Amino acid sequence: MADTLILTPQQIIRKKAAGEPIQPDDNAMTRRHTIVVLVENSIGAFIRVINMFSARGFNIDSVTVGPTEDPSVSRMNIATAGNSRIIAQVLRQLSRLVDTIEVVDLTTTDFVERELCLLKVCYTKDSRSEILDVSNIFRGKVVDITKKTMTFELRGPSQKIDAFIDMMLPHNIVEVARSGRVAMQRDV
Amino acid sequence: MKYDVHTKVQPVVTGDALPNVRPELTTEGQHMSGAEILLRSLEAEGVKIIFGHPGGAVIHVYDEMHRIKPQFEHILVRHEQGGTHAAEGYAKATGKVGTVLVTSGPGATNTVTGIADAYMDSVPIVVFTGQVPTGLIGNDAFQECDAIGISRSITKHSYLVRDVSDLARTVKEAYHIARTGRPGPVLVDLPKDVLLAKGPFQYPETVNMRGYAVPAEGRIEKLQRAAQMIAESERPLFYVGGGAVNSDSSELLTDIARYTGIPVTTTLHGLGAFPEDDPLALRMLGMHGTWWANQAIQHCDLIIAVGARFDDRVTGKLDSWAPHAKVIHIEIDQSCISKNVFADCAILGNVRNVLEQLRPMVKPKDTTEWLKQIEAWRQECPLKYEHDGKLRAQGIIEKLRDKTKGDAVVITDVGQHQMWTAQYFRFLHSRTHITSGGLGTMGFGMPAAMGAAFGMREIGSSRPVVCISGDGGFVMNAQEMSVAAAHKLPLKLAVINNRFLGMVRQWQELFHKERYSHTDLSDTNPDFVKLAEANHCVGLCARTPEEAQQIIDEAWKVTDRPALMEFQVAKEEMVFPMVPAGAATGEMITDRMTPNSFV
Repeated sequence: MADTLILTPQQIIRKKAAGEPIQPDDNAMTRRHTIVVLVENSIGAFIRVINMFSARGFNIDSVTVGPTEDPSVSRMNIATAGNSRIIAQVLRQLSRLVDTIEVVDLTTTDFVERELCLLKVCYTKDSRSEILDVSNIFRGKVVDITKKTMTFELRGPSQKIDAFIDMMLPHNIVEVARSGRVAMQRDV
Repeated sequence: MKYDVHTKVQPVVTGDALPNVRPELTTEGQHMSGAEILLRSLEAEGVKIIFGHPGGAVIHVYDEMHRIKPQFEHILVRHEQGGTHAAEGYAKATGKVGTVLVTSGPGATNTVTGIADAYMDSVPIVVFTGQVPTGLIGNDAFQECDAIGISRSITKHSYLVRDVSDLARTVKEAYHIARTGRPGPVLVDLPKDVLLAKGPFQYPETVNMRGYAVPAEGRIEKLQRAAQMIAESERPLFYVGGGAVNSDSSELLTDIARYTGIPVTTTLHGLGAFPEDDPLALRMLGMHGTWWANQAIQHCDLIIAVGARFDDRVTGKLDSWAPHAKVIHIEIDQSCISKNVFADCAILGNVRNVLEQLRPMVKPKDTTEWLKQIEAWRQECPLKYEHDGKLRAQGIIEKLRDKTKGDAVVITDVGQHQMWTAQYFRFLHSRTHITSGGLGTMGFGMPAAMGAAFGMREIGSSRPVVCISGDGGFVMNAQEMSVAAAHKLPLKLAVINNRFLGMVRQWQELFHKERYSHTDLSDTNPDFVKLAEANHCVGLCARTPEEAQQIIDEAWKVTDRPALMEFQVAKEEMVFPMVPAGAATGEMITDRMTPNSFV
């Protein structure tokens, strides 16, 4: 892991002192990461994990939590962003919590990721067919309809849901509910 | 031993203590109350002393304590914060886990500072807090507070016990977590109904926590790399922190350093891990470290960090710290690795195990040139203060050192006196320097000294316990003096009284154009001699170096109670050398005359 870390200030000065060139390091880029954390199935364990993020100043894009096939274990899917040095710290801080059983950064592996979205939008006679067209393209499903609103269900990677919401923005969105990312490693 | 006949269990033996079997108290088949289970569990854990303060939520525990007379001593402290610091002092002096028992609400909140202090300084303590009955939790009941929530980010782990049948296992786990790995505080919240409920008692022999792994041995390939880096280095340096003390690696470290000829600098918490009278000892580094230790850091080509975490008070400005050094980091807490300073070779493991592995892999090195260079720095800017016949803090600390020949447990508070103690006492033994480093808690010293004295008494050590404190910090927990007096502890309490919050005053003089905003204590300081006497201690006061020697001699004659020595010193004295906060380690102020380019 150490080799992939970006340079610390101290390393930069060391390189300068040694007269070595300092390469722009693409590891310094902020990337989205999906981290799976298996924790003891208790509310305390969940809060400790979330608390660690806020206490140490790491950001969270989304969190989902739910039971697994083993009722004593909960699985948390945490979507976060940061450069490789920050993510390495996040992983170490997560691992050191007493209640965490396993911590995996899926971003370094081949994995599938899904999110569920419910979106309620106002329609008129004019906009109705266009809204349904967009939904069809994204393979959305109408789960409720009234005289004024339609509610869609959409599944897929988060980017697809982002794009769907983006397409719906010109229309009158009433409500959006997103589940947050859940993810799983692919088997080879 | 078994208290529960329903489950046919074998006797439980934990630690060095064999719990006493008292059949007259628990007859066959009888379940005991949660309160008694708690006390029995503490006995089984080998607890010898707890610091506590009763209240409504834990009244049943105190009731059971009165009835069954457990095998440990309970010390009634006068404030829960004092209790947690006493437990810290006890833990740091003995290496055992300190125990605190308090009530709910204010009892719990008063422990928060002590818990945070223990978390920052990796001190193993277990804090039992009372809680309102489970049915009332969340109802804003009398003396209710969310102790678990408040303490979450300052504990290594915490438990809310909801069922009496979980109690014994929870106690076992709490002590295991506090003691092992990187030590730290654990909080156990005990609702009143759980303490009242009856249940079977069986203290578990082992713990089973799948998420909690304790690093021990380092990985062989990392050790080989480290040995190679040490062999290839020309100007290596050991940088030793509290991890070497916590793992009791002092002798091993001393052996390796002397064998290889590599000089050693220590952090504030590392003091004592390497004898400071050794020619290889560079003493403390960092903000108020020695000039030569900091110069050595800036010029070395290899730092071997042993149980240290590269705190900002050590490194100053990170991007100019140790510019030529590669870093080997021996560390038990993975989150400390490459957190502040990149580790070229990180060895995750218990310091003691790793050093044992490393010992046969290293060879003696020729460091003559390097040591000669360090010696030149030492000559260039030695630790110094004025000898003009006035009473000075540095002189007092040297007198205390001479009185004890350096063989004492020294506890300090936080501030100027703390840094002077670190600079001038010259610590020779592990676990003889106890201070609040990470959190910097004023008011730590007096109660921690009391806890350490209880610890020394327990292990039968004759080492005197000396508390060096300032006038500001001493007052913050002075109430514990009467507790120490009641238990006839022969504490030596040195109060360096400059009638100012000295360290803040120093910053105000150096960096805030002498605007001494609210640091003058002359109007609010108590009469320390009377304060001591009012708390059933001996009070002594000195204004000159001669008087200082007299009252030290006098204080050492007192054997049946604490003796407070007030030393009235000038307010203008400052701690030098100093790396200003956020400045580069190379930019040290060595005395009042150094031009302040950074102001």
